[in-house]
Amino acid sequence: MDWSLIFSNALAAMVGLETVVFALAAIGLNVHFGYTGLLNFGQAAFLAVAGYGLAISVANFGFSTGAGVVIGLTGAVVLALLLGAPTLRLRADYLAIVTIAAAEIVRLVFRSVSLAEYTGGSDGQGRFSEGFYSINPIAIGRYGLGPLDFDERQTWVLSVGWTLVGLSCLLVFLLMRSPWGRVLKAIREDEDAVRSLGKNVYFYKLQSLVLGGVLGCLAGFMTAWGNTVVQPDNFSTETTFYAYTIVILGGAARVLGPVVGAAIFWVLLSLTDNILNQAKNAGYISDAILTGFQVGQVRLMLVGLGLMLLMIFRPQGLLGDRRELALDAR
Amino acid sequence: MRYAVRAAVGSLVAAACLLLLPAVAIAAGETLQGTLQNGGEPVEGVTITVTTADGDEVGEDETDEDGVFVIELPAPGEYTISLEEDTLPDEVAIREGRSASVTLPVAVGQERSVLFPLGKSTRVVQSDLDRLPQLALEGLIFGLIIALAAVGLSLIYGTTGLVNFAHGELVTLGALLAYFFNVLLGLQLVPAALLAVLAAAVLGGFQDRILWRPLRKKGTGLIAQLVVTIGLALFLRGLYLYLFGGSSRPYADYQLQNASAVGPVAITPKDAIAMLICVVILLGVAYVLLRTRIGKATRAVSDNPALAASSGIDVERVIATVWIAGAALAGLAGILLALGQQVSFQLGFQILLLVFAGVTLGGLGTAFGALVGSLVVGVFTQVSTLVIPPELKNAGALAILILILLVRPQGILGRAERVG
Amino acid sequence: MPADLTKADPAVPDRTKAGTPRKDAARQAFAGVEAVPGSAKPDPILVVDGVTRRFGGLTAVDVAHVEVQRGSITALIGPNGAGKSTFFNLLTGFDKPDVGTWTFNGASLSGVPSHKVARRGMVRTFQLTKALSRLTVMQNMLLGATGQKGENFLRAIFPMTWRAQEKANTLRAEELLVRFRLDAKRNDFAGTMSGGQRKLLEMARALMVGPEMVMLDEPMAGVNPALTQSLLTHVKSLREEGMTVLFVEHDMDMVRDISDWVLVMAQGKVIAEGPPEQIMANEAVIDAYLGGHHDAPLQDEEQAAPR
Repeated sequence: MDWSLIFSNALAAMVGLETVVFALAAIGLNVHFGYTGLLNFGQAAFLAVAGYGLAISVANFGFSTGAGVVIGLTGAVVLALLLGAPTLRLRADYLAIVTIAAAEIVRLVFRSVSLAEYTGGSDGQGRFSEGFYSINPIAIGRYGLGPLDFDERQTWVLSVGWTLVGLSCLLVFLLMRSPWGRVLKAIREDEDAVRSLGKNVYFYKLQSLVLGGVLGCLAGFMTAWGNTVVQPDNFSTETTFYAYTIVILGGAARVLGPVVGAAIFWVLLSLTDNILNQAKNAGYISDAILTGFQVGQVRLMLVGLGLMLLMIFRPQGLLGDRRELALDAR
Repeated sequence: MRYAVRAAVGSLVAAACLLLLPAVAIAAGETLQGTLQNGGEPVEGVTITVTTADGDEVGEDETDEDGVFVIELPAPGEYTISLEEDTLPDEVAIREGRSASVTLPVAVGQERSVLFPLGKSTRVVQSDLDRLPQLALEGLIFGLIIALAAVGLSLIYGTTGLVNFAHGELVTLGALLAYFFNVLLGLQLVPAALLAVLAAAVLGGFQDRILWRPLRKKGTGLIAQLVVTIGLALFLRGLYLYLFGGSSRPYADYQLQNASAVGPVAITPKDAIAMLICVVILLGVAYVLLRTRIGKATRAVSDNPALAASSGIDVERVIATVWIAGAALAGLAGILLALGQQVSFQLGFQILLLVFAGVTLGGLGTAFGALVGSLVVGVFTQVSTLVIPPELKNAGALAILILILLVRPQGILGRAERVG
Repeated sequence: MPADLTKADPAVPDRTKAGTPRKDAARQAFAGVEAVPGSAKPDPILVVDGVTRRFGGLTAVDVAHVEVQRGSITALIGPNGAGKSTFFNLLTGFDKPDVGTWTFNGASLSGVPSHKVARRGMVRTFQLTKALSRLTVMQNMLLGATGQKGENFLRAIFPMTWRAQEKANTLRAEELLVRFRLDAKRNDFAGTMSGGQRKLLEMARALMVGPEMVMLDEPMAGVNPALTQSLLTHVKSLREEGMTVLFVEHDMDMVRDISDWVLVMAQGKVIAEGPPEQIMANEAVIDAYLGGHHDAPLQDEEQAAPR
């Protein structure tokens, strides 16, 4: 077993594209679920709308990358308003059902053969990321630290990604210690109480949905640029569920929770994959128990199991507040 | 999605298929073989040719009066098998979107079967009106199957408040168990299905006992429990994939059936029986809910758990019963669904959203609402293909769900909620 | 009800009758008011007309006409299911009536959403206390302050735009917490407090809104007897500060102790109103509570009834 390879892969996963994408998606979800208590099960749709908004406007209509980003952002805001305006007055479960249904509609539409001319159907749409890489100020070469090693394109994507993660966290930090954030947290606790104190709960929930959706939309851009393609099945319900796992793992309603959660999530998956594969190659695990193909399935099981156990035994997550734990124990 | 395939199979009245027939073994050589059928009738006199990867023709055959062709091959390897479309009868054509030629590898000694899905020739355009009854019938069957799953989901929600995202995995469980008894243990499908439903019921009760009941006792919040169901769903789907693999596989029985025409529609015996089973079971559930002690207790708990408990109803017992019954119903739904579209590890996950749509449309937590909602979803899904592309029919059903919720948030049969 | 509480006797003037200027003024105002359902008050702050709410076939609220006198403490009593809480929900915008109009300070409140009702100066509390558990006591209080600049999304990002106001609000919250004896708990999560403390917090938080009229839905329900007196004092102090109080209560002692006027609801209608002493002896009220064939004085029955 090559432990140094296992650990350098884990380290790469910690700062890698997937961590960036899921950290951003989870920061948005944390605004919804962690701070406001909104059950948004359609976060994947925000990523999809942003990614496809960017890809289609650049690849099909020849817009600049900047214009594509604006279109993607607008798409996410419009989606948030469309989902939120009618449902945020209703009971919490309705938002859950409407968002999960809407996310599936979005995925099916982007996947549809009838729109393949624009979306590329199930193969997805490429041909849009050159604008992003053409403004790469990083000289051609390889960059890294210790076992990390990236080419100039990866370095550019990751730099932009982590900058966005940092700015998003800063924004959430500033907002959540303001009276605005206090209203959101109060809504999570009991929206009728907040209403009785003269706050327009509906309007705050809508703002929260838009803010979280826009943050999720950044994740959509990063996955689009990082992979240089947008594919409908990257925006499935499972993407949303992974993001939930990450929010809960890191600690809901903690500013850095989603980032820590995303890093740990992908490090754990990388470790599992690598250790299992190496153990297989070294002959510790026979093919009868686990074929190479099944390693990915074990990972799905682990995510599920992890989410369950976390929610049952440590619902406040890794960064949770001990005082909140005391409350949960009551 | 697989059930889309199933619907597509049914949706063509003159459905024709080139079916696999494990023919009499031909000693030692590799062969490609199959049977061409049109609406159950064999298609005779169609020319099939086989070429190597280099384009050399190595064999040719014409289907006989049973629609059968057999082509012997010189050696294992990759071959392209083509159907000469000109030799098809006028009213038959290769199904839209499918190719008249297939390239596939043939292993040593393999008698490889080839499938050419045939459909009614598009040269004869069918009017929407003609397709409507058939689509409505298929929608009805699909809706009834969804309803089996939805009633259980709705009862669990009603009695415990739990929104169970792992309900789709109960559906899959039934199908997988039936596959295990039927294909792996060699039981005939009917006893295998009965055993599977029984096992699903036991496992449903077990799930409640070891997971949900302790969480309820612990006072875990409903949203936290909801997230747990998501984790459970991911875990179980991974487990099913690990155990069953990613492919779709059929049961050993009742696979090849011809549809018989009944008035304006055609229905296969297995679909007819599935429909009958659904109706009988759903009527049974209705009877139990309305007339029996446990049914009345269930409705009382759904209405007001605290009140039910204080009037001497054993709430935990009711919930356990609901879990057992819900899992059995979901398992049965899975078996019936797989009968039409084969067993796969995500059979239930694929219909989960439609089940949710049915439950929500009817009104959260009302069992009869779930039934009505599911039928609406099923019929709408199929009939909508008259207007929208078939691959978007689920999107259409979900869009209708959203629209109806906006107009009538409490669902079709739900009551407006009383505040305070 | 705790057994050691002495039964209040309406014939003997009790300690609360000692009188404060506001109480005397309120009593004075009611002097000429006829004790019949729907009677006109000299200076009504709230006027309700023909408000009806049905749930399916059940008519939960059907109030023809009611006026609430400004600066008074008015009790709303009635048996379980009389529609008191629904009536509260309707008045405060948490539910919508099928028909009916009502005005607050002369301006119509029909169809006004709940948060605007609060902004207009009519703030309510809830029967089941809604302390915001995972917010600290101080955060709970600050939430009540109105017109906060920092509650605007864009300004929220720039603390310098709202810091001064926040400081002022914190001072005011601090004063209220001291008054309600909650100041020691200021940095604790509200979820860690006892039921009675939550009631106190809810009332203090409502005062942060700066209301003209406070609607208390069963302020005594589930409160430890040790805190009852303190709560009563606080309710009375609201009137002393010029606020109007309308409260729902089951506890007859409390009603008699602090209210200037009593409204009685049964089966959705206001069946009687009048000064507390008179209401306690009212046949219609006794009938409503006891089902119409009981001649024992109300207070005896109420005290005998298990809580």
